[in-house]
Amino acid sequence: MRTGVVVFPGTNRERDAAMLLQRLDGKAPTMLWHTETTLPALDLVVLPGGFSYGDYLRTGAMAAHSPIMAAVRAHAARGGLVLGICNGFQILCETQLLPGILLRNNHLKFNCKFVDLRVENTRTPFTHAYAQGQVVHAPVAHGDGNYFADDATLNDLEQNHQVVFRYGHNPNGSARNIAGIINKQGNVLGLMPHLENAAEPLHGHVDGATMFASVLSKMAA
Amino acid sequence: MKVRVDVTLKHGVLDPQGKAVAHALVGLGFLGVRDVRVGKTIELDIDAASDAAAKENATRMATALLANQVIEDFSVTVLAA
Repeated sequence: MRTGVVVFPGTNRERDAAMLLQRLDGKAPTMLWHTETTLPALDLVVLPGGFSYGDYLRTGAMAAHSPIMAAVRAHAARGGLVLGICNGFQILCETQLLPGILLRNNHLKFNCKFVDLRVENTRTPFTHAYAQGQVVHAPVAHGDGNYFADDATLNDLEQNHQVVFRYGHNPNGSARNIAGIINKQGNVLGLMPHLENAAEPLHGHVDGATMFASVLSKMAA
Repeated sequence: MKVRVDVTLKHGVLDPQGKAVAHALVGLGFLGVRDVRVGKTIELDIDAASDAAAKENATRMATALLANQVIEDFSVTVLAA
């Protein structure tokens, strides 16, 4: 597999994603600094969690205009897989690779806890190894996880089965309990919960690893 | 040229920060506070040949980065030269 993990100033979960990819895939991903203007040949690009550019202006807004994001957009346009976790999801929304935006949590507090997620769509490269409706336990760690889009966009997402993960108990005011969505083409997934941190026994839960195993086995196929 | 860009949340977009501020104001004894919306002001100092050019330039900046029009509206005001 050819995987890459993008690092922006302020990214802080790149090692979590990289270590998991290495463990499951047997080889380390390429770490990609935000100033790169081209990508090596990759199957999967991961935008990890953190606080890129200090969350200045809006979460993900500055990173969305980083030099590397033009290359990530081109990768996505070629059908390459992109996975955005937490701040990565916010960046994908600001880049408009995914619709909508992540607003401040409705209660204004930072969320740092485990949540229950329901897998709503298993017909994606990222979730095919889950059972439909499977409940996954994973941590969230965000101040801006409140997914927002207008009603027409939300209805579109529902109709096209683009809502991939939904919260069991809404932790942030997110529209329609949305925790993660995929683009219409099915190659760009963004989600708030840190499935990479629910991926080995020491984490307390292991079901998060299935998402990474899904995408790696998809690429092997 | 000094230009001010005011960015405000669109109507209908929940503003939890505004709600918290409204709550605090009522707590301070300012009764009759019905609603508070919090936005941001961005002051730019840019080179431009005319007011119209400055306004056009700032509008392009707002569209590209300063505001996200999924949730925000913006207005551009040219201040002093």
